[in-house]
Amino acid sequence: MTSETLMRSRRRRMGLRNPYRPGDWTLNVLMAAAAVVVILTIAGLFVVLTKTAWPSIREFGLPFIWETTWDPPKKEFGAGAFIVGTVITSVVALVAATTVAVLVALYLVEVAPGWIGRPVSYMVELLAAIPSVVYGLWGVFVLGVFIRDQMGPVMVDYLGWIPFFDGTPLITGLFSAVVILSIMILPTVMAVSRDVIAAVPRSQREGILALGATRWEMIRLSVLPYARSGILGAAILGLARAVGETLAVTLVIGNRVAIPHTIFDGAYTMSSVIANQFAEVENDMHRAALMEVALLLLGITFLINVGARLLIWRVTRGQRAVVE
Amino acid sequence: MSINVQPREHLYRRRRATDRAMTALMVAATVAAVVPLVLIVFFLLKEGLGSLNLDLITQDPNRPGRPGGGFRNSIVGSGIMVGLALAIGVPIAVGCGVCLAEYGQGKVGTVVRFLVDVLAGIPSITVGLFVYGLIVLPQGEFTAFAGAVALAIILLPTVARITEEMVLLVPRSLREASLALGAPYWKTVMRIVLPSAMPGIITGIVLGLSRIAGEAAPLLFTALGNNFYSTDVFQAMDALPLRIFVFATGPYDYWHEQAWAMSLVLVAIIFGISLAVRALFGTRVTVRQ
Repeated sequence: MTSETLMRSRRRRMGLRNPYRPGDWTLNVLMAAAAVVVILTIAGLFVVLTKTAWPSIREFGLPFIWETTWDPPKKEFGAGAFIVGTVITSVVALVAATTVAVLVALYLVEVAPGWIGRPVSYMVELLAAIPSVVYGLWGVFVLGVFIRDQMGPVMVDYLGWIPFFDGTPLITGLFSAVVILSIMILPTVMAVSRDVIAAVPRSQREGILALGATRWEMIRLSVLPYARSGILGAAILGLARAVGETLAVTLVIGNRVAIPHTIFDGAYTMSSVIANQFAEVENDMHRAALMEVALLLLGITFLINVGARLLIWRVTRGQRAVVE
Repeated sequence: MSINVQPREHLYRRRRATDRAMTALMVAATVAAVVPLVLIVFFLLKEGLGSLNLDLITQDPNRPGRPGGGFRNSIVGSGIMVGLALAIGVPIAVGCGVCLAEYGQGKVGTVVRFLVDVLAGIPSITVGLFVYGLIVLPQGEFTAFAGAVALAIILLPTVARITEEMVLLVPRSLREASLALGAPYWKTVMRIVLPSAMPGIITGIVLGLSRIAGEAAPLLFTALGNNFYSTDVFQAMDALPLRIFVFATGPYDYWHEQAWAMSLVLVAIIFGISLAVRALFGTRVTVRQ
């Protein structure tokens, strides 16, 4: 026992990372400090936002989450309308973007020859490099005008009988926000799905092709089941992006404190109400309430991210096990 | 005995039709995915090219309502804040990345790596409010320094993860050769490992830079924006994306034209960086806003 401890400490002293050597010690401390800064930043996010939101948390309690009154002069606040706005826009955008993204990823991996696949893949990824504010500018002056003058009226004429599809198309509104968000999260979902689909082993495909399957049958029966959870992870990452997206949505969503009744109504998301009102708060309670909205937003995106990472992590580990 | 395949022909025809329909759907989706990029670039060129002129980069904004003027203060402000953010964020990010690569095999390493990934997914507006509560509120004024801190936090995860990957790519033999020659561990890291990984790390920094250059949300409540030229980091300062946001929401037509022109410049810079990085380092790394 004693000799073993002695041996171990001796090995440590002579080993490659010698804690008693000043240079190694300094390097270790510096690297560890950098890692600690990351942990402190995440902890700090929660602590600082909770502290600044505290007056609002104490005043309104749990009903803050579902109350829809937002009246700065009267100091009555509830985030219900913003949460509804965020959930509607990001979930609809997610469904639309994921459908397209998976089809694109399948085309790029399974169908397209390299000389088409590589440039197309890169073009879709370039969408992710465009700044949010540029999307907003384009959304207001190009997409919004198109929806008001051309697409919207046609949709109301032909689809108006579907609930929520009536209403007056304007430049800004729920529908414009959903379209912009779908475009913005498309590259994220596409890139991850493409990598997951490309990781499906050849043997899976060859096996079912040898049984006489067509290409689509191969995709449906062997590729998609194999890649399913990875694609789910990709979609959840896209969801986190959509929930947190700020400037583009602020520009096109119409900024109205109410639960929307049709797809063309103006609304607010959690991030856009912060972007729009925080610079001109009317009183301290208004500021605290906006801080609480930010805290809720942080909590939601944190949970979504943790979920997505765990899922992708489990899938990639599982895949390695299968390959082995 | 011969097998009669004739009766199955109609079954196969249906399967082949489904296959073709789905392939057509995939092609349609791909076209639909490329169209927005084409449209955005088209309108940036159409609306932006006409309003491009030298005044945009040499003049400060005019009083609201008076056409003319430019974005000199925003360009200089963006440069200062992005530079400061790099100065704050890069040492921490590289340290964190090297730490993950060298010590990241255990449980603690997994947790830290996980947290870095989670930090990458946190909305930039919440980072802005965090820095507001941390720096702006106690100090009582909006400063470019606070803006730079917010940008540095957004930069951190991107650079840290790329650094980790690049350090892990350094061949074992290089490291072992250095240690076998009697170099202490810290010297091996500083003189052998880091310089070998440096091209990759610089790519990561450039990608991070092009990401934070387009961010406006974290600056809204930290650097605030400023109509006047300022180089004082303890004063409010303007940035290009902030100015585009203000002008896009504003009431004047010439504001909108200038916003298009500046967006064109910003997107051209970011696409240029992305293309250059891709040409130099291949497909593994991409810019994400």
